Amino acid sequence: MDYSQFGAMVPELIILGLFFIVFLWDTFTGDGGKRALTPLTTVLFGLATVAIWLIPSGSETVFGGMYASDAACKAMKAILNVGVFIVLLQSAKWVESDEVAIRKGEFYELLLVTLFGMYLMISARHFLIFIIGLESASLPLAAMVAFNKRHYESHEAAVKYILTAVFSSAILLMGLSFVYAFSGGSLYFNDIRAAVSEGPASGLLICALAFMIAGIGFKLSLVPFHLWTADVYQGAPTAITAYLSVISKGAAAFAFFVIFVQAFGTLYSGIWEWMMYAVIIVTITVGNLFAIRQKNMKRFMAFSSISQAGYIMLGVMTESALGLGSMMFYIFVYVVSNLAVFSVISAIENKTGKLGMDDYDGLHKTNPWLSFAMTLAMFSLAGIPPFAGFFSKILIFTSVTASDSMALYMLVLIALINTIISLYYYLLVVKAIWINPGEAKVESFRSACSERVALWLCVAGIIFFGLVPCIYQFCVDSAVRLQLF
Amino acid sequence: MGTTLPILILAIPFTMFLILGIGGVKMSRKLAGTLGILANGTLAVLAYIVAFTYFFSGDAAFIVDGVRQQVQVFDVTWLAFTERMVVNIGFLLDPICAMMLVVITTISFMVHLYSWGYMEHEPGFQRYYAFLALFTFSMLGLVVATNIFQMYIFWELVGVSSYLLIGFFYKLPSAVSASKKAFIVTRFADLFMLIGILVLSYYVSNTPADGPLGGASAFNFLMLNSQPTNVLASTLGATFMSGSVLTWAMIFIFVGGMGKSAMMPLHIWLPDAMEGPTPVSALIHAATMVVAGVYLVARFFPLFCIVPDSLTFITVVGAITAFYAAVVACAQIDIKRILAFSTISQIAFMMVSLGCAYNEPIEGVHYSGLGYMAGMFHLFTHAMFKALLFLGAGCLIHAVHSNNYTEMGGLRKYMPICHWTFLFGCLAIAGIWPFSGFFSKDEMLAAMFNRHWFWGAWMTMVAGLTAFYMFRMYFMVFWWEENPKYKQSGHKPHDAPWQMSLPLIILAAVSLVAGFIPFGEFVTFNGEPYHIHIEPQVAATSLTVAVLAIALATFMYAKKNPLPSKVKNMWPGLWTAANRRFYWDEIYMFITHNIIFNIICKSIAWFDRHIIDGTMDGMAAVTQWASVKIKGMQSGSVQTYVMWFFFGAVLLAAVTWICIL
Repeated sequence: MDYSQFGAMVPELIILGLFFIVFLWDTFTGDGGKRALTPLTTVLFGLATVAIWLIPSGSETVFGGMYASDAACKAMKAILNVGVFIVLLQSAKWVESDEVAIRKGEFYELLLVTLFGMYLMISARHFLIFIIGLESASLPLAAMVAFNKRHYESHEAAVKYILTAVFSSAILLMGLSFVYAFSGGSLYFNDIRAAVSEGPASGLLICALAFMIAGIGFKLSLVPFHLWTADVYQGAPTAITAYLSVISKGAAAFAFFVIFVQAFGTLYSGIWEWMMYAVIIVTITVGNLFAIRQKNMKRFMAFSSISQAGYIMLGVMTESALGLGSMMFYIFVYVVSNLAVFSVISAIENKTGKLGMDDYDGLHKTNPWLSFAMTLAMFSLAGIPPFAGFFSKILIFTSVTASDSMALYMLVLIALINTIISLYYYLLVVKAIWINPGEAKVESFRSACSERVALWLCVAGIIFFGLVPCIYQFCVDSAVRLQLF
Repeated sequence: MGTTLPILILAIPFTMFLILGIGGVKMSRKLAGTLGILANGTLAVLAYIVAFTYFFSGDAAFIVDGVRQQVQVFDVTWLAFTERMVVNIGFLLDPICAMMLVVITTISFMVHLYSWGYMEHEPGFQRYYAFLALFTFSMLGLVVATNIFQMYIFWELVGVSSYLLIGFFYKLPSAVSASKKAFIVTRFADLFMLIGILVLSYYVSNTPADGPLGGASAFNFLMLNSQPTNVLASTLGATFMSGSVLTWAMIFIFVGGMGKSAMMPLHIWLPDAMEGPTPVSALIHAATMVVAGVYLVARFFPLFCIVPDSLTFITVVGAITAFYAAVVACAQIDIKRILAFSTISQIAFMMVSLGCAYNEPIEGVHYSGLGYMAGMFHLFTHAMFKALLFLGAGCLIHAVHSNNYTEMGGLRKYMPICHWTFLFGCLAIAGIWPFSGFFSKDEMLAAMFNRHWFWGAWMTMVAGLTAFYMFRMYFMVFWWEENPKYKQSGHKPHDAPWQMSLPLIILAAVSLVAGFIPFGEFVTFNGEPYHIHIEPQVAATSLTVAVLAIALATFMYAKKNPLPSKVKNMWPGLWTAANRRFYWDEIYMFITHNIIFNIICKSIAWFDRHIIDGTMDGMAAVTQWASVKIKGMQSGSVQTYVMWFFFGAVLLAAVTWICIL
């Protein structure tokens, strides 16, 4: 075996190396070393992000085509890294709390392992690698969800998560076995593509497609595979919820695009596109309908993220580099907007333990900066110009309508109507903060330094991502270089 | 030229706006004022460097074989919607742009300095400086725009900052309504401009890649202006209005310019805009923003030339406006209103001059460049002397606390600096040799006479009226009869502090010498130098008319006498009509209130309340209802979740199977 092939896997190796450093440090240092763990991990992860970004990597496939590294994968990994970095910053306060401090090493280790899994999902060009990535991204997450050991909700959430995850894996593997049978014993995306492009559409493959949509749709929390989302988001520690809601989704969306366009893009694109058409409409609408009635911020964000996932998946409908670029840009904007919201939620939760939407009444009187950040984030999620969310929405919509098909115009129209509905509940939060009468329920406090840095990063992203064109351009440019196109 | 200077020129005022706008509340007045003035001084120096480099460096990028080039210093893609629909942000450098950079930063700096004295005791001093910075930024962005979209963005930003500054004294109801009026009227005009832009870009960008324009971006000025014939060619085939598309597009675009430049019948906002602080009037409503319309015509000049009907339209609108405004200015009492109408009239002068810059030889002589050059020359000199007059008026108002000349009179003894500088301004605008106005006006009149004797004669008459009403005001303010109040009150009017006097002196000096600038060497429509030579007949005629008008004004107003009221009572109806600005405001009020509000708006309001709101309420009700209905899905039991999951997947497969196979 040619070990030089590992040279193509630099991002994965760096994350793995970081994992070992954290693991060894956590295991073999005393109390003093433990205290340094948080800043150490954060700084090292920041360096790793820069390193992954700076180390040049060509466009190549290694291990007989199982693993691909190119500009698009690298860009997607960079986007995820930015998100993880923000999550690390905003969780720095929480991991130091009495209950968690002793186990914080595990938190970082599990986090890095899941990130490693997501990297594999992104770069996989063979279903085996993909499944390994998917599982290593899923199973440790269950442990992370259960991280608040003494809280009943945390356990409940973890159990729900693991049961649904197992079930969805089973469905996905079942679908895969159909594909395996059909492709004559190969799980390479390219082989499958070659096998399925001949002959008429087969019922078996239609089943397989539906099962695979279900299996990956679980990670993306597409309706109707989303039911775990609300309970898990509510029960999990806020930092983990933030992680679940953006990073895990981003990776799955990218993998979804690659799998369906590369493996089933020829004969079956007309079929899975119609499936996705229905799923997207249902996802956006149902997510919105549930979000309207939520009173708990984390549960609210769960449904909001379901509906946002629907918008993300619009990019898949295009099957084009432009669509992938728009999707990546959407994910990037979604990462900063959503993490801004979670930064505020977790800052307030750490300080007061309050999570209800009505606890935010009159927040602007006591915590104007948090209110400001929350408002911008809500505007961005709702897609109000000139914030980044507006541009990400308009760009993904234009990429979908670029193919000039009536059905896709209808899809965009439905998505637009849903944007109006989403405006209602996003603005409910803004209304609570700025307009609702009554005394502020959260006292004035100064959030931790790391939380403030995280928030500033997010706010800068919300303001500038839309106005500075090079980010979108960068997404599209790297998407073009995905080896599919 | 590197991109640093151009970027700084845009970045400095914007940063100042942010700093003063956000942090101004916590700053002292002194700090805010000093920051504003220093930043603007730096800005002016940078703009001078850019302009001087452009004009004098002889760099091959800027001048080739004696022809000045249009240069895009930078031009980056900002939003790429589709391949053809691309919005860029850039920095265009050409003669008019470099000239405007100088004008804007100079006047802006003068006004910053002057305001320090003028606004000293006003509340919201820091906010005022923030708005000034915003305006400077927007105006600079407007003149350096490389494409129509960028220009439109800054065009609207200029409108916003004008709105903010007119309504600066937001506790005065008159200021509030004036700001609203200015915004609505200019915005209404901009609507036409937008239509024009859309029509133009639609027909130009719809050309195939192998068409005459070769698929180039339809919005870029360099592209549009370098191949006007191709633009015309790509619109000629349009079935819409059979070949007159470009004419209509250009006229619509010009209507936007009419709004900003207060041409009839969209002039009504400018006199009211005088409710803003006087330095603002000097900066925005005399020297820079109101000439945006002229700049617009100059910017699109090759396209206007290719469809001569649009130039004729400009000429007619300008000629009517110039005469109308001059007549109204003769019957105003408020000195700022007189100056406002004078501004309208002078801008109309520039418009006529541009309109007469016809791009075809007349009797074998190619005069096309003259009107363009002269219009730009007058834009330059007018900006200087009109800013001077407004700042002088500000000093007067500061001293006597009234806008009306009836409260003034005999002020020359009390305010010598103001008196002399104001006199310089009046001589310049009247067009007396050797003041700058003489040179620019002479060139404009020559261009008009070349086009047709009628326009020349008509505008010479307007020039005479200008000299008359300016000196009427001058004598009423500084001579006539000393207001007895000065002696009674014990608080005698006196010259303003140095921050206010210094800009007056500088601008007076500029007004005196600016005419000797060989302007044709720098700014012409095609970049080739044009050698200015005084046309003796035109010069003699206009000088005679101006001197006669001044003599008449001296005869009537130098000393208190009953002659003016006699003249006024001879045609009382005419005087009242002119004083009421020929009832334009009343006409607009009638149209807006009685016709639009009562008839059109009421029915729209009903439609909005019942149909649109009803639909929205219905949608909300359905959403809420559905939201309640489906809540059972989220039962909390994981068995149900998995069941939904499974049946979802199976249903998806089954439905697709049935549909496809």
